[in-house]
Amino acid sequence: MTEDSGQPHARLVGVNRRDFMKFCTALAAGMALPATMAPRIAQAITDPQRPPVIWLHGAECTGCSMSLLRAEHPTVEKLIFDLISLDFHETLEAGAGHQAEASLARTIESNYGKFILIIEGAVPLQDSGIYCRVGGKNFVDSVKETAAAAGAVIAVGSCASWGGVAAMSPNPTGCVGVQEVLPGRQVVNVPGCPPNPYNLLSTIIHYLTFGKLPALDAKNRPKFAYGRLIHEHCERRPHFDNGRFAREFGDEGHRLGYCLYYLGCKGPVTYANCSTAQFGDAGSGCWPVGTGHPCFGCTEQGVGFNMPQFSTSPVLHATPNAGHAPITVERGEGVTPGAAALMAGVGGAAIGAGVVFASKLGNKEERHEDEKA
Amino acid sequence: MSDAKPLGGRILTPTFLVCLLVIGVAGYYTYKRFLLGIGAVANLNDGFPWGLWISYDVVVGSAFACGGYVMALMVYVFNGGRFHPLVRPALLASMFGYSLAGVSVLVDIGRYFNVYNLYLPWQINLHSVMLEVALCITTYVFVMWLEFAPAFVEKWKLKKFGAVLDKVVFVLIALGVLLPTMHQSSLGTMMLMAGYKLSPLWHTSTLPLLFLFTALFMGFAMVIFEGTLSGRVYRLEDETHLLAKIGKIIAYLIGVYLILRLQNIFVRGAMPEAFSGSFLGYMFLLENALLLGGMFILAYPGYRHSPRLLFIAAVLVLCGGALFRFNTYIIGYNPGTGWKYFPSIGEQMITYGLIALEIAGYMLFVKFFPVFSAGHKSAAPIPVKE
Repeated sequence: MTEDSGQPHARLVGVNRRDFMKFCTALAAGMALPATMAPRIAQAITDPQRPPVIWLHGAECTGCSMSLLRAEHPTVEKLIFDLISLDFHETLEAGAGHQAEASLARTIESNYGKFILIIEGAVPLQDSGIYCRVGGKNFVDSVKETAAAAGAVIAVGSCASWGGVAAMSPNPTGCVGVQEVLPGRQVVNVPGCPPNPYNLLSTIIHYLTFGKLPALDAKNRPKFAYGRLIHEHCERRPHFDNGRFAREFGDEGHRLGYCLYYLGCKGPVTYANCSTAQFGDAGSGCWPVGTGHPCFGCTEQGVGFNMPQFSTSPVLHATPNAGHAPITVERGEGVTPGAAALMAGVGGAAIGAGVVFASKLGNKEERHEDEKA
Repeated sequence: MSDAKPLGGRILTPTFLVCLLVIGVAGYYTYKRFLLGIGAVANLNDGFPWGLWISYDVVVGSAFACGGYVMALMVYVFNGGRFHPLVRPALLASMFGYSLAGVSVLVDIGRYFNVYNLYLPWQINLHSVMLEVALCITTYVFVMWLEFAPAFVEKWKLKKFGAVLDKVVFVLIALGVLLPTMHQSSLGTMMLMAGYKLSPLWHTSTLPLLFLFTALFMGFAMVIFEGTLSGRVYRLEDETHLLAKIGKIIAYLIGVYLILRLQNIFVRGAMPEAFSGSFLGYMFLLENALLLGGMFILAYPGYRHSPRLLFIAAVLVLCGGALFRFNTYIIGYNPGTGWKYFPSIGEQMITYGLIALEIAGYMLFVKFFPVFSAGHKSAAPIPVKE
C-alpha cells in the first residue's frame, strides 16, 4: 500500500502504519473483540465520512480531558484530533468567543443526527441552571439542544455520569448527571475520576466501527470496561483471601503491599477495569491500589463522593473466585476406620457365607440318570 | 431352548429384602453423588482417578460377568452342545454384570452428561484404548440383552419378534463372542499407560493376554459358582457332572496362564520383587497361590467331581483372578509421593448396591422368565438358607 493510496490520513505525522494497526488491535482486545476486527476498526476511524465528535464541558475540572491528553500509546492526542475527528472541544478549540460558538453551530448543522456528543461535567439545575453558562447560554439548555441533534451521547467522567464531585452534598448548584437532563435518551456513562481514556476511546470507536454502542450494564456503562468488580481481579486479592491486611497507612502490612480493605478500599463494591487495565499510560502498577491507596469507588454511583473514604465497604463476593488453583494439593484420603470396618465386615460376611454354603454341599456327585448308563 | 421355564415362587425372600435394603442405602449415596458431585461420596483424587468403581464394577465385575461369553464360546464355537442348559443362566448373570458396569461408569464419570460424545463419530479418537473399551462394552450390553431376548419371546409369546430374532441371533452370538475377546484384552492394555507407576510385577506388555486369560477362567469359574449356588438355592437337578467338565477346562487355562505369567516375571527380572517381603510381593504371591490352589483341586477328577471342592476351587479361582485385576488397577499402582486411596463408605456402598442389584435382578428374572432348563428336584430339599 503506497502512501497516497486513498488512505486519508497516510500523511499523518508521528504515527506510522504499524503503530496505528497496533493501536487498533489493542483497542479490539480492550473491548474483547476478536483480533480480526482490527482492520475494520482501522477502516472506520480513517473513513473521511466518519461522524465527528463534539465535546462539551459543564460543571467539572477538565480532568477527563487532561487524562485523555496524557494518553500516549501511541500519541493518542494525534489520534484523537486527526482520526476521531474531534471537530469541537471547548477547552482545546483554537478559536474563542463567538468564533468558537459559530464553529459549534456549524458542526452541529453539517452533521445533524450523526455526530457523537461527549459531555464532560455535571449539569447544574438550581435556579434554572444559571451556575454554568457558556456563550450566554445555560449549560442545561446547550445539552438539551445539542443532544437533540446528536447520533449518540456519551457522558464522560463521574460528574457527567451522575453528578460526581460537583453533586456532593450539600450540592448548592443542584448538579445532576447528563442522563437526568435527557430522560428519553440513552446516555452511555463512562464514569471515573478521571476515567481511563482508553475506555472512552474504545466506546467511541465501537460506535464508529459498528454503528452502534457497545453492550451496556444496568447503569449504562460499557460492559467491556465495567463488567466486573475491581476486587475480582485485584493484584492484592490473594492477601484479602488469606487475611493479610494493612491496618493503617505506613504500617508493616501497608509497606508489604497487603490488602487495603480496612483502609477503606471500595474495590469490593466498584465495577471497573482498573485492576486489569491499570490507568492510562502511567505505567505498570500505577492505579490507586497499586500505589498503596485504597480505591475510592469513583466509577460507582453512590460510592465515590458518597461513602466516606476510610470506612469499609460491604463485600459483595466474600468467597474467593473458584477459578484459582489451591495452594496445597489434596492427595487423597487414606483408609478410615469406618471404611475399613465396612469392607472387612462385608468381606467377612461373604467368606462366612461361602464357608457355610460349602460345608452344606455334599462331597459326592449325585449321578444324573442318563449319566449312569 | 424351549425346555427352559420360569421357576416361579415367592419373590420377597429374606435375601431379596436384604438386597433391597443395600440397594436403598446405595441409592442414597448415588443421589448424593449426583447432587453434590463425586468428591462428596468418594475418595477418588487426582492421583487415583480410578478407584473401586472402575476396578471392581468394571474391571473385576466384567470378568465375573464373562460367564455368558465363555459359555457362548463353548457351545456355539466349540460346538459343546451338552453345555447348552448352562448358557442362559450364565448369560443372565453376564447381562446384569455388564449393564451395571455401564451404570457404575456413569456414576464414575465426572461429566456423565457429556458421555454421548463417545458415540459421535466425529468426536472419536481412534488411538484411544478407552474408546475401544467403552464402545465395545456398551455394544456388548445391547448384544447381551438381545441374546437373552429369546427368554422374553418365550415368556410373552412375541411370535413376530421371535421370528426376526431367530434369523439374526447367530450374528448376535458371534458378536457376543467377539466383543468380550476385544474389550477384555483392552482392559489390560489400558494399564499399560500407567508405565512406571504400576509395579513391575503387573506392568508388562503381556497384560492384554493375561487379562484375556483371566476373563476366560473367571468366566468359567463364575458358571460353576452360580450353577452350584442356584442349583442348591432353587433345588434344581444336580449339574455337577457338567460343571466338573468346565472345571477341567479351567485347570488347563490356569496352567497356561501361570506359565505365561511366571515366565514373563522371570524374563523381565521382576521375580526378586515378588519374594522381597514387600506388601506388593505378598499380594503377587497370594494372587498366584489362589489360582494355583484352584488349579490343583480342578486338576484331579476325584476332587472336581465333589460339589464342595468344585465350589471351593471356583471361589479360589474367582478370588485369584479378581486379585490380579485389583492389583493391576489399584493395589500395585502408585501415582507418586503422598497419594493415598482407600474406597470411602459411600463409594463402597454404591458398589455393594450394584452387586445387590445384580443378585436381586437375577433372582427376579429366574422366577419370571424361562432361564433354567433343569427341572425341580423331587428329593427332600437341602437346607440352604436363601
